[in-house]
Amino acid sequence: MTTKKRISVEINGRSVEREVEPRMLLVHFLREELSLTGTHIGCETSHCGACTVDIDGSSVKSCTHLAVQCDGAEVLTVEGLADRGTLHAVQQGFYQEHGLQCGFCTPGMLVRAYRLLQENPDPTEDEIRTGMSGNLCRCTGYQNIVKAVRWAADTLKAQAAAPNASAAAAAAPAVTA
Amino acid sequence: MNAPANERERALMGMGESRLRKEDARFIQGKGNYVDDIKMPGMLHMDIVRSPLAHARIKSIDKSAALAIPGVHAVLTADDLKPLKLHWMPTLAGDVQAVLADEKVHFQMQEVAIVIADDRYIAADAVEAVMVEYEELEPVVDPHAALLPGAPVIRDDLAGKTEGVHGARVHHNHVFRWEAGDSAAADAAFATAEVTVKQDLPYPRVHPCPLETCGCVAAFDPIRGELTTYITSQAPHVVRTVVSMLSGIPESKVRIVSPDIGGGFGNKVGIYPGYVCAIVASIVLGRPVKWVEDRIENISTTAFARDYHMTGELAATADGRITGLRVNVIADHGAFDACADPSKYPAGLFHICTGSYDIPAAHARVDGVYTNKAPGGVSYRCSFRVTEAVYLIERMVDVLAQKLGMDKAEIRMRNFIRKEQFPYRSAFGWEYDSGDYHAALEKVMGAVNYRELRAEQATRRADPDSPTLMGIGIVTFTEIVGAGPSKMCDILGVGMFDSCEIRVHPTGSAIARMGTITQGQGHQTTYAQIIATELGISSEEIQVEEGDTSTAPYGLGTYGSRSTPVAGAAIALAARKIHAKAKKIAAHLLEVGENDLEWEVDRFKVRGDDAKFKTMKDVAWAAYRQPPAGLEPGLEAVHYYDPPNFTYPFGAYLCVVDIDRATGETKVRRFYALDDCGTRINPMIIEGQIHGGLTEGFAVAMGQQMPYDAQGNLLGNTLMDYFLPTAVETPKWETDFTVTPSPHHPLGAKGVAESPHVGSIPCFTNAVVDAFAHLGVTHMTMPHNAWRVWQQLQQVDRPVEPR
Repeated sequence: MTTKKRISVEINGRSVEREVEPRMLLVHFLREELSLTGTHIGCETSHCGACTVDIDGSSVKSCTHLAVQCDGAEVLTVEGLADRGTLHAVQQGFYQEHGLQCGFCTPGMLVRAYRLLQENPDPTEDEIRTGMSGNLCRCTGYQNIVKAVRWAADTLKAQAAAPNASAAAAAAPAVTA
Repeated sequence: MNAPANERERALMGMGESRLRKEDARFIQGKGNYVDDIKMPGMLHMDIVRSPLAHARIKSIDKSAALAIPGVHAVLTADDLKPLKLHWMPTLAGDVQAVLADEKVHFQMQEVAIVIADDRYIAADAVEAVMVEYEELEPVVDPHAALLPGAPVIRDDLAGKTEGVHGARVHHNHVFRWEAGDSAAADAAFATAEVTVKQDLPYPRVHPCPLETCGCVAAFDPIRGELTTYITSQAPHVVRTVVSMLSGIPESKVRIVSPDIGGGFGNKVGIYPGYVCAIVASIVLGRPVKWVEDRIENISTTAFARDYHMTGELAATADGRITGLRVNVIADHGAFDACADPSKYPAGLFHICTGSYDIPAAHARVDGVYTNKAPGGVSYRCSFRVTEAVYLIERMVDVLAQKLGMDKAEIRMRNFIRKEQFPYRSAFGWEYDSGDYHAALEKVMGAVNYRELRAEQATRRADPDSPTLMGIGIVTFTEIVGAGPSKMCDILGVGMFDSCEIRVHPTGSAIARMGTITQGQGHQTTYAQIIATELGISSEEIQVEEGDTSTAPYGLGTYGSRSTPVAGAAIALAARKIHAKAKKIAAHLLEVGENDLEWEVDRFKVRGDDAKFKTMKDVAWAAYRQPPAGLEPGLEAVHYYDPPNFTYPFGAYLCVVDIDRATGETKVRRFYALDDCGTRINPMIIEGQIHGGLTEGFAVAMGQQMPYDAQGNLLGNTLMDYFLPTAVETPKWETDFTVTPSPHHPLGAKGVAESPHVGSIPCFTNAVVDAFAHLGVTHMTMPHNAWRVWQQLQQVDRPVEPR
C-alpha cells in the first residue's frame, strides 16, 4: 500500500529493527510481526486496556498507537516483566490473590500495575482503583485485582528493604501449572 | 508416604481447599493461547461487509473495486454460497438465519459479504471498496409494534408459514407462543384474591460483552479432506456436529478446538455467520482463514441477551400470603430466532419464576416476536432465561409488599418454601432438590443488622433536608441450573449430558479430558481437585484438558452453570469407576478380599492393619505391569453423566444504596451476598466467581443497555457507550455462604458462577426503588444510571440544590 518506514525499537530489552507500514498499529506490530501475543486486543478504542504496554516509562494502549510512533522508544510488554525466569511481584501477586480468571485482561493489568507501583509505590485501595481504572476486567469484579496490586506493593517494599533476600520468592509459593 | 492421614489429605489439595489456580502460570506470563493468537502457515484474513440499514432490499453488490486491490483473494456474497446451499443456516432454536444477506437485510450490521485477503489491513480496505446498493424498507424496532396488524413483514422467507417449530404463529412477525402452568387455577386464585398487584417490567436488551470478542481460524486440508477450526466456542462438540451437518464433511474429519477463551458469559454459545463464512472460505481457497470480530461487531451482531417485556401479577391474602402468579411476556428475538435454549423450551427455564416462594397457582405465557434487530437471546451469565424469571418474581414480591405496607424481608419469610417441603414441586412442575431459605435470609439480616438499617432509613426519610435517599434491596433467589436431564433437555436433538475421561498413568499421575470448556471458571483447578479427593492423587499431578473435540469425550459445553452440576458429576463417577478397579488390584496385591480393604485418603488399607496398604500410585503401577487375572491392563474410565434433575442453588442478597437527590447518582454503600451452591469445591474460586457475577449484575442494573433509534440504528455499540464498570465504579462486595448439598448430585454440588448475576440485578433495582418507595414509586426500569434516576427524582421528589 504505502511506503514502508524502517523503525528501531527496544522491546523487552531487545533491539528490533523492522520495515512497517505507517498505518500499522503497535498492537499488531507486537502480535503479528514479533509474535508477542501476550498483549491482547479487546476494543480498538482505548477503553478496555487489554493492549496496555509500557513505552518509555508510561502506560500506553497499543491499539491506538502506531508502531512508527515507537521509533527509538523502549517498549515493555507482559513478556518482559519476568526477570530471567523470576516472576515480577505483580505477576506473583495476581497468582497469589486470584486476581485473574479468563486471563484476557491480565497482561494489560500486569503491565499497568507494574507502572502504577513505580508512580506510587504505596497506594491506598482508592488509589489502586483509580490507577487501574483504564483497564477493564469482566471476570473478577476487581476486588482481587486490588488485593493483588497491594500484595505486589508490599512485596516490592520488602524486596527494597532487603535487596539480597528474595522476599517475593520467600512469600509466594512457586507458580505451577 | 506414611504421614498421618490428615497431612496426606492436605497434600492432595483436593475438594474444599482454596488452592491457587493451575491455569494462572500461562496467563500471567502472556502465554495464553486465544484464537487471535493462532497463526498458521499461509493463513488469510477475513473481514465482513455489513449493512448500514436495519431493513432494506439489496439491489446490487459490486465487488470489482475490492477484487482489484492487491492481496485480496475473494469477495463472497449470498449468491456465491447459494450453490453450496450455505447462504442460510439452521439456528439452535429451530429457525433459519441468513449466513450472508440473501436479497434483503434484516438488521443493522447484518453480514452482507465477506472479503478474504493477505492481512487484516488489506481486508479492511477491501470491505470499504465493496459497493452495495440498498432500497430502504420500513424497520420494525418496537416488539409490541411488531405484532400490530399493519406491521411491515420482516421475514419474507416465512411468508404463509402459520406453523413454527413451537406451534402456531399468530402474526407474520410472530415466532412462537409458549405457555406453562395452569391458567384456570391461576385465574381462580386472582378471582378470589384479597389483594392483587400488576406491574410492567421491561427488561432491556443487553450484551454479555466478554473482553475477548468472537472469532475463529478455519483450516481445511484439501488433501486429507479434514477441517480443523479453532473457535471461541463455549460448546465445541455441538459446533462439530453442526459443521459436519452443514458441510457434509464426516464428523470424524471435523476437529473443533476451543483454545483459551477470554470470557464467554453466553456470548460464545451461538454459531455465527462469521464462523460459517470463514470455514467456507477455507474450503473454497484451500488455505487457513482467520476471522476475529471487532468490538463494534461483537456488541452489534453476536448474541445479545434479555429484551424481555414482562408483565407480572400477584394474587395474595391481606396478610401477604401469595396465592397466585400470572406472567405475560413479549420476547424480542430480533430478526432470526437464534436463541440458545434446550430445544423444547423456547423461553428457556423461565418458568422457574415462582422463585423461592410456595405459590400454589401460576401461569406464564411468552410470545416471541421478530424485529429488525440482531438475533440472539442467549443466557448472559445465567441459566436459560433464569435472570428474567428471578427479576420478575423478586420485583413482584416487592411490589406486593409495598401495596400491603409490609416489610420486604417479612413478606419473603412468610412465603418461602419451608426447609421440610424439599424436594418441593412448584406450580410449574419443577422439583426443587434442596434449600433452606429462611436460614439464608436470617443470616444476612443478622450480618447487616437489618433492623438498624431500616431505622436509619426511617430517620433519613423523616429529614426533609437529607441530601440522599436511602434504599435497601433484598433478594432471595432460587436458580435452576445444570441442564439437564436428557429426557427434558437437548440441543439439536443431542441430550444435555456431559462427560469425562480419566487416565491414570503407570507412575500415578493422571489426565482428565472433559466435554466442557473453561472460560475463566478455573476448571483445570476445580476438576483436578475433585479427582484428587476421589482418587488420592495430588491435584498437582492431574492435568485437565478441554476443548479439543478430537481428544475430549462428547459434551454439551459450558454455559448455564452446568459444568460442576453435570461435568463435575461425570468426573466423580468416572473416578469412582477407576476407584472400583483399583480396589480389585489392591486386594490382589495385598492378597486379601476387597471387603477386607478400606479407603483412606490416598490408599487402600487392610482393615485393622495400618502397615498393610497400597497407595493409588502402587495400584497404578500394578495396573500396567501385572493386573490380576481377569482384569484388563490399564487404569482409565469414561463416564457420560445424564443428570436425574436440575440443581437449585439459592441465595439471599442485601444491598444498601444512597441516592443523591440533586444529581440522581446512586452509591452502593453495601452489598452483602450469601450464596448456597451446595458442596463447595474451591472456596477461593467460588468467591472469585461471585465477585465477577455481582459486578456483571451491577453493570446490567446500573448502566448496560443496547439502545435503538426508530430506524433500528444501535446507538451504543462501542465501549465508549456500552457500560463496563471500571474498578472505580464497582462496589466492594461482602460474601457469605451456607451449604445445603444437592441430594441427587454425586458430590452435592449445585453450581455457582451465575447466581450472583441472577440475584444481584433485582437486588439493585429493589434497592433503588426502595429508596423511592415512600414517594409512591413501585418500579423503575433499568438501567438505573444517574440520568434516569434523576428523571425519577424530578417526578416525585422536591427540588434539591446540588451540594
